[in-house]
Amino acid sequence: MTDATQETSGPIVAADGRPLRQSLNRALRRQKIRALLLIAPLLAFIMVSFVIPIGDMLFRSVENQIVPETLPRTTALLGDWDPDLGEPPPEAVFAAFYTDLVLAEERKLHTRLGSRLNYENSGVASLFRATGRDVGRFDTDIYTDQLVAAVPDLEDGAKWAGWMAEPPVRDALPQTADAYDGWAQMVAEVHNADPVTRQPADFVFAALYRDLAAGAAPPPPLDVDVGGFETVSIRDQFAASDPKWLDTGVWRTMRAYAGPLTNGYFLNAVDMMKSADGPRVRPENERIYLTLFLRTMKMSLVITGLCILLGYPVAWILANLPLRSANLLMILVLLPFWTSLLVRTSAWKILLQQQGVINDLLVGIGLVGDGSRLELINNSTGTIIAMTHILLPFMILPLYSVMKTIPPSYLRAAKSLGANDWTAFWRVYFPQSAPGVGAGSILVFILAIGYYITPELVGGTKGVFISNRIAFHISSSLNWGLAAALGTILLVMVLVLYWAYDKLVGIDNVKLGG
Amino acid sequence: MTKADIDAAFVEFERVQKSYDGVTLVVKDLNLSLPKGEFLTMLGPSGSGKTTCLMMLAGFETATHGEIRLAGRPINNIPPHKRGIGMVFQNYALFPHMSVAENLAFPLEVRKLDKAEREAKVMRALDMVQMGKFGGRRPAQLSGGQQQRVALARALVFEPELVLMDEPLGALDKQLREHMQFEIKRIADRLGITVVYVTHDQTEALTMSDRVAVFDDGRIQQLATPDELYERPLNSFVAQFIGENNTLTGVVTEIKGETCNVKLDSGDIIDAKPVNVTKVGDRTKVSIRPERVEFNKARLRPDAHTLKAEVLEFIYMGDIFRTRLRVAGHDDFVVKTRNASDQVRLQPGTTIDIGWMPEDCRALDA
Repeated sequence: MTDATQETSGPIVAADGRPLRQSLNRALRRQKIRALLLIAPLLAFIMVSFVIPIGDMLFRSVENQIVPETLPRTTALLGDWDPDLGEPPPEAVFAAFYTDLVLAEERKLHTRLGSRLNYENSGVASLFRATGRDVGRFDTDIYTDQLVAAVPDLEDGAKWAGWMAEPPVRDALPQTADAYDGWAQMVAEVHNADPVTRQPADFVFAALYRDLAAGAAPPPPLDVDVGGFETVSIRDQFAASDPKWLDTGVWRTMRAYAGPLTNGYFLNAVDMMKSADGPRVRPENERIYLTLFLRTMKMSLVITGLCILLGYPVAWILANLPLRSANLLMILVLLPFWTSLLVRTSAWKILLQQQGVINDLLVGIGLVGDGSRLELINNSTGTIIAMTHILLPFMILPLYSVMKTIPPSYLRAAKSLGANDWTAFWRVYFPQSAPGVGAGSILVFILAIGYYITPELVGGTKGVFISNRIAFHISSSLNWGLAAALGTILLVMVLVLYWAYDKLVGIDNVKLGG
Repeated sequence: MTKADIDAAFVEFERVQKSYDGVTLVVKDLNLSLPKGEFLTMLGPSGSGKTTCLMMLAGFETATHGEIRLAGRPINNIPPHKRGIGMVFQNYALFPHMSVAENLAFPLEVRKLDKAEREAKVMRALDMVQMGKFGGRRPAQLSGGQQQRVALARALVFEPELVLMDEPLGALDKQLREHMQFEIKRIADRLGITVVYVTHDQTEALTMSDRVAVFDDGRIQQLATPDELYERPLNSFVAQFIGENNTLTGVVTEIKGETCNVKLDSGDIIDAKPVNVTKVGDRTKVSIRPERVEFNKARLRPDAHTLKAEVLEFIYMGDIFRTRLRVAGHDDFVVKTRNASDQVRLQPGTTIDIGWMPEDCRALDA
């Protein structure tokens, strides 16, 4: 619908006195509703099966809920820690992390979190796994023993529940209340038990000790004087489990990924990483994605160029032959469409390999020595050859349908006006076939840029595309966030190119036929 | 043909034959010669070979046999772009991606003229067809008649001596077509160019041409000036193809010098002028123009044969009356009479006597 705004001296009125535009809209509404109903089933199908999953997938490229959800206490405190001092975080952070980790371990969430952080800092996964095993046996039970010795009621889960329900107690002992809530919820959910029947875990007592040591004054009988208590450093407990906890590296990673949304996947996807001073480029030996993006673009351009070179003359012949022979030739062009993509690609494997048909032929006619057979497969040459072949019909078809509409009299007119064959072609025929070249190029380029199966099969390592890397992250490394970020970048690249094409050539100049 | 004629000939076809499939000849033994400055029209029904002849002259088709000469030079092996022949195509073939001025500049550009000269010539050519203001437009923004003018200007802008036109007015409506016929003729005369014009519209051919070549079945049936073609057709095809014509069939019964008697299939005897009948007993088709039929006995020769005719239909056409009669068993016999004050309006159902001067009724091939 066009909504041209017309300037009129006054509103034009329909016969019934209402403004004309309003009457027209009323009249058109029924039509619009009917049109909407007609497309509704398809729209619903597309939404459910396509748009929503893709949107969800794209959201994964920035989603980072797992870190703040699993380590709520740690991430709240880590922001104040300055990693550039080279010191591990203070005891308070370790204490919060201890609470978070025990709860995560009970819920078996710590390994998933470890895997997530492992994408950013390899080694974190095993660190989390190992310390997860140890965290239940930390020496914090000395606090439990000393506190229970001072207040025997602390062994009673029911008493705990009673205290923790009293606001004055909660206000006086914030860490304890927080730790107890986490524990109680965990006991109810993981062990299916009523927390009233259980003595709280050691980390709750540790929290109580911390509150009391910090000078809290809860109502009796909790107002224990902890001045003479034997203490244990939680930081040392972690260090004893694995000395890596004293390095800043793992803490830096946790601090960088503390937020619920992250640009980390995107930075990763362009060979950058988060650091305390903001994003920075990865060291040379860790860069991979920019190279892959560039290679994907470059090879897609080469493939598109080859398709134009090979397809243009074929389309021209097709468009200028009598209908009968043109139809026959067209079948030959379309033949590849009727064969499975996999079969065609596999055929290229046989043709292109070093002991394959093409090399045998070249050696046979003496063009290539037996010792120096050409490497035509498992590199970019293989990808280019196979993909050019596979995508060629997508170039020929739009070219053909555009050329079909160019009457031969234009070329004749150009020649009668004194242009030689080349000038007549270049100045008169080619500009008119350009919309077909444009349509074919967009089609081939966009298909090529996201191609997966052919580069996977014949590309080796030097001839794979970014899509192969995306597939790897989806199915092997399970780093879906990074895969989503790479996919998003690919999508944006295609849209930008499409936009640029529209600006330069004009999308109206793209014709698929007619 | 005398020596002087050959020297004067600008375009010549000599024994030209053309076959597309190696089985049938589309053009059979074509001989044609036209002097510089002549406006020659190739007229004929579709499939008669006229367009093929034009395409051979332009160089888009090669002659299977024979020679085509331009200004005395054989051009069979010269590619079209070196022939220097202007051409106006049926659908104009204006390049859609170029403006009108760029279209016109194209032939000058490929001839490597400098910019100033190009612009001057383009402007002059556009002015000649009264399209001076449209140089910046795209062909799609022009009406059919305007496109036609631009196509004409483009064919003329590089000053060719020979211009070919392939049914250039076919897509225009009647009024515009008649106007353009004049225009083309006027421009051709003014520039003194030689024009070979192809059409299937006989009025167009008669209006514009110095001479008309009537094509049928791959041959020129008659090559003559328009008046000769109309008044003295050499065979029954030409008689029927050019203008309106009444045809009666019969057998020659008597030949006396410039007149002969023909016994029609109905048994009636009529007077005729023998054209391509040679002896008594030849079958013939006699041809008589509707406006030469006379039903006023006083104007006929006393010894003239007359025919009974029944009036079937009377049509008032303004300047003329068109009356359809049943004559000798044919009920499509037409008589045209001028709308003069003393003219009789024949009433359908009446029976009259008709006749004609023997020289107006031509006994042609059967």
